[in-house]
Amino acid sequence: MEEEINAICSNGSIIRFHEVTKVYPLPGGDVVALDSVNLDLDPGDFVAIMGPSGSGKSTLLNLMGCLDTPTSGELCIKGRNIRGMSDEELTVLRRDNIGFIFQVFNLLPLLTALENVQYPLILKTGNRECQDRCQAVLAAMELDESLYSHKPSELSGGQQQRVAIARALVNDPEILLADEPTGNLDSKTGTAIMALLDDLNRNQGKTIVMVTHDPAIARYARRIIRIVDGKITDTEG
Amino acid sequence: MHSRMFFDFARRNVRLHWLRSLLAVLGIIIGVVTIVSIGILGNSLVLAISDSLSTVGDSIIVSPHAGGMGFGGGGSAPELISDRDVEQIRRAVAPHVTIPVYSGASRMKIGNEDTVGVVYGLKSDDIPILLELAEGTYLRGSSSAMVGARFAEQNDIKVGSRITVGDKGSLRVVGILKERGMGFDINPDYGIVVESRWFEDAYGQDGYDLVIVKVKDLNQIDEVKVEIERQLNRRETVVDVIDTRAILDTILTAFGQISTFTTAIGGISLIVAGVSILNIMLMSVTERIKEIGVLRSIGTKRQEIRRMFLYEALILGLIGSGIGGVLSIFGGYAVSLVMLQTTEYLFVPSSLIYIAYGIAFGIGTSLLSGLYPAWKASNLNPIEALRHE
Repeated sequence: MEEEINAICSNGSIIRFHEVTKVYPLPGGDVVALDSVNLDLDPGDFVAIMGPSGSGKSTLLNLMGCLDTPTSGELCIKGRNIRGMSDEELTVLRRDNIGFIFQVFNLLPLLTALENVQYPLILKTGNRECQDRCQAVLAAMELDESLYSHKPSELSGGQQQRVAIARALVNDPEILLADEPTGNLDSKTGTAIMALLDDLNRNQGKTIVMVTHDPAIARYARRIIRIVDGKITDTEG
Repeated sequence: MHSRMFFDFARRNVRLHWLRSLLAVLGIIIGVVTIVSIGILGNSLVLAISDSLSTVGDSIIVSPHAGGMGFGGGGSAPELISDRDVEQIRRAVAPHVTIPVYSGASRMKIGNEDTVGVVYGLKSDDIPILLELAEGTYLRGSSSAMVGARFAEQNDIKVGSRITVGDKGSLRVVGILKERGMGFDINPDYGIVVESRWFEDAYGQDGYDLVIVKVKDLNQIDEVKVEIERQLNRRETVVDVIDTRAILDTILTAFGQISTFTTAIGGISLIVAGVSILNIMLMSVTERIKEIGVLRSIGTKRQEIRRMFLYEALILGLIGSGIGGVLSIFGGYAVSLVMLQTTEYLFVPSSLIYIAYGIAFGIGTSLLSGLYPAWKASNLNPIEALRHE
């Protein structure tokens, strides 16, 4: 059995869903959020996930982000099966390999822009003297240096999303998971943010998985996966 | 290094919600001040009692056996201690000092004032062993008297005053005694001391009311006590032998327990403060559910979330207990002054240790109060937390 799982996980995919089912037990009856999903993402992929509300997009993204584990089936992240992993193992896997970008930015309100970027790096390395790395990442996000000491509430939406992307990138993860990354931005800022993600994918080889409702945004991806009622119905690209 | 970051995080959050943090700190301050002040008061009370009683802590009191005086017990007064018994005691306890004492109450006339007081009859040689002089001299001749400090003060008696004891005759006051405090043997503060020969002549008493044995080495008290019992109570119980140290210990233990009890009642205020911190921390967790979800999603472990919230409770506890500890010196001073009319026991180590206890309890209570909220925060489902609005 273990050999079989090892074989499933060692096909070279950076993310692999093999017959993954996710069921949420609710008082009114079980809800099947994902139903026997099979999906392979290779390193350097840029994938957009589309589908109606409640179709299972977020569940798919949460499982990829090790925030949840499958009810059945195997889910491999970087060749490691996450089913059966402890919460601490999942957290470390997430911290070191996965960057999250949220629709509402989700910066920590008590910290400055620079500190928000420093936080995951300190978690990983334990080193508080990591300003150079953080400043470099923020600079790459084209955030003005004068804003580094600003709290999130003092930044515009676009600036906050740049900080959030810098935070997602600071530990140099191979995988970036973006949940409607332009959903709260105007079209001009959204385009700039997408250009940044596109650049990260093309020039740094980051694997990006993005949930979006917007077909124009989805076109930045090289692959579009459509999901309905917990099943992948269509793959483009 | 993580710890510093989480501590800093907690510190910022405490500052952000400064009003409710202030209220929580205030609760801890009140709790710490209350238990420390009551603790100091209790300890000062024990020390004050100990000081007033400890002068008689080295004595064994031999009194006529009081058995058979209870319900249906015949009602006869206990016999006195004879000279023969005193000699037996003297032999049994040698080289410790044996002091036979006469005592009785009498009406007295001082100038034109009538009063009632206790009269103690003691041998002249024994008096300096038992009593200290404040002014004047020890007894000179059989018609002289020494007066207890309180008795002299209440009746305006000076050295040279005359006291008429009932119809027994007149005595000249030659000395005023130092205040001795309450004792288990004799209480001369409210009476007079006369030569035993005068007492015998005046009252015609053919036995002593009690015998005091002054034990030089406190470790020998039990041994001496057993020896007296062995000598005098061989066939039947003739005398009761009381060890004042044991009585003192019992009294001090009782006061110590009362002190602990009152301190524990003071501790209730600290528990209330703890509940307030618990409430504030739970509020903090509820307000920050989404933030906790974000922290978890970017790689913060459960134990790190737990630590972050415990640091918050710790900061509140440290500030509250620190300020409370300082203020409790003033609290202890105030309650000691009001309740005991003295602050002389405030800065003794056994009182000051209550400040350390108070601070420790304050911090401990805060941490305990933070445990459940910290546990709750760390066990939040990150997905549900992220969805929380």
